[in-house]
Amino acid sequence: MSSPALVRHPEDSMPATALAEAGPAPAAIAPPTTPPSFGTLALRWYRLNRAGLRAAAIGVVSLLAFLMVWHLLTTYRVVFFVRFTNVPSPLAVYASFSKAIHDPKFLMHIALSCRRIFIGFSLAAIVGVPLGLIMGRFKLVHEIIFPVAEVLRPIPAIAWVPMAIMLWPTNEQSIVFITFLGSFFPILVNTLHGMSLVDPVLVRAAQCLGARERSIFRDVYFPASLPHIFTGLTVGMGVAWVSLIAAEMISGQYGIGYFTWEAYSLVQYADIALGMIAIGVLGLGSSVLIRGAGKLVMPWRTT
Amino acid sequence: MSEIAASTSKGHIEVKNFSLAYETIEGAVQAVTDTQIHVKPGEFVSIVGPSGCGKSTLLNAVAGFLKPTTGIVTVDGERVNGPSAERGMVFQQYSLFPWKTVRENVEFGLKMRGMPRSQRERAARTLLGLAGLEAFEKHYPEKLSGGMKQRVGIVRALATGPKVLLLDEPFGALDAQTRVIMQQILTNMWQRLKISVLFVTHDIDEAIFLSDRVYCMTARPGSIKAEIPIPLERPRQQSMMMSSEFLALRRGLMSLIREESLKAMGGEINDMGMQGLNIELHGHSLADVI
Ligand SMILES: Nc1ncnc2c1ncn2[C@@H]1O[C@H](COP(=O)(O)OP(=O)(O)OP(=O)(O)O)[C@@H](O)[C@H]1O
Ligand SMILES: [Mg+2]
Repeated sequence: MSSPALVRHPEDSMPATALAEAGPAPAAIAPPTTPPSFGTLALRWYRLNRAGLRAAAIGVVSLLAFLMVWHLLTTYRVVFFVRFTNVPSPLAVYASFSKAIHDPKFLMHIALSCRRIFIGFSLAAIVGVPLGLIMGRFKLVHEIIFPVAEVLRPIPAIAWVPMAIMLWPTNEQSIVFITFLGSFFPILVNTLHGMSLVDPVLVRAAQCLGARERSIFRDVYFPASLPHIFTGLTVGMGVAWVSLIAAEMISGQYGIGYFTWEAYSLVQYADIALGMIAIGVLGLGSSVLIRGAGKLVMPWRTT
Repeated sequence: MSEIAASTSKGHIEVKNFSLAYETIEGAVQAVTDTQIHVKPGEFVSIVGPSGCGKSTLLNAVAGFLKPTTGIVTVDGERVNGPSAERGMVFQQYSLFPWKTVRENVEFGLKMRGMPRSQRERAARTLLGLAGLEAFEKHYPEKLSGGMKQRVGIVRALATGPKVLLLDEPFGALDAQTRVIMQQILTNMWQRLKISVLFVTHDIDEAIFLSDRVYCMTARPGSIKAEIPIPLERPRQQSMMMSSEFLALRRGLMSLIREESLKAMGGEINDMGMQGLNIELHGHSLADVI
């Protein structure tokens, strides 16, 4: 919102800019102010955030319902097409969780997975974003790289596992490589897409303000593509986790994917669910991080 | 202000033997043919004409975005070879950088010129003040109304002190009241900066009210149909739009344009519409008629 004088009336549906358009001094129109009491402030905050609060409340209820259904299905060992006979109950999973967080081995699995994601994803972003920007700007680079990318792109990262093992000397490197591949293509493709949507009028505007190639790139193409770059990063992060877990299950010795698979081999059913939930939480956490970074980097975007 | 005023009494635009054809799959589309226009230093010149007649094409060639197929565009005797900060441009689509605040948008051209940060901040503030926008310097364009966005667009184009200002239907998307205010603001800035202006518009009243001279273009392929001096004295008031002088100019220009618009829409409509109009202007400039 624009000026404080106008924010004080959230029920006022007139946009602040419409009022301000009329004259240079919207503040002059506003009645004299007395600082609002805490009660009215709280009420206003509530009014403005009603939709968000509602969503949060429904979200909590829905999660609780999910846990409840899970609990019932497992305590009564329901068999109805799917078999819940061996599925651990939420309480059992909680018990193994409280044990696991004091277990350095479990924490190491998680730390290792996070490290692989961090390295693989960062590399993908460091290579994918600039490459996409350059391909979007320079036709020749696009023409050279695009066909290769299009052929490699449909290959799922998991299908790279045998090749990765051959390519890289250590297991660790091949897992990071697979994580990299998983996130690389979504990042590249979305960056390219963002570049193709840059409004040519903005480029022209920059040109007749004296901008040269380098500043047009930095001040127009790059920021204009940022929303799509972040879409790419979010999707890429999701695929990075998918690829990582698959790679860990197949070839790993450590990592949360390996932990989950090992739990199955060792008949520790509660740990299977624990591993799954840990993967879910880590995936959610990393996409929240990216969204937060997006908000920081693009303060002009309100949504 | 000192940087901006430096451009005083320069900015002589000349467009000679100009034609421009777009290459398309169906062949060349002749957008503009055989056109000569000029804008004297400090003059305010408008181009009006029916939709699709090549007004934007002509303006974009002056800006340096398009190369003429034949002919030459010069500013102060120098051939136009590409866009440059010498020729500021304001677009109909507001074209502010959404990722820059109002002040950063205005500063952009100065930054490109290598002006140090503190100096360009000061310059931008001064300019925004002139346009009544100082309270919004930290806002992102998305939050501004159309009129404010376009004011920022004009201020941004003027910030680098261009020799000429090119505007392509800058107020086309604004409501009537805002338009009037914007016209006033543009006139003020133009008089203050003594800069040459080439202004494209659909709106005949706007063209007459703002300009020293108006070019009227024919339907596509566009060429200059008439050149109409606007002898109304300055400063111009809104009330002038009711004067008989203004109305006579308006009537003349209106019939010129209507004739071309009807041509552009096709023969049948042309025959139908011309019966009611009763004008014979073919081949004459309006000045001959009124
Ligand atoms: N890139 C292009 N390729 C082919 N034809 C084009 C191109 N741009 C414009 N034209 C054609 O050239 C003619 C002139 O276009 P221009 O945009 O200059 O007209 P205008 O007078 O600005 O129209 P308007 O009043 O609608 O803005 C139009 O008939 C248009 O269809
Ligand atoms: Mg146009």
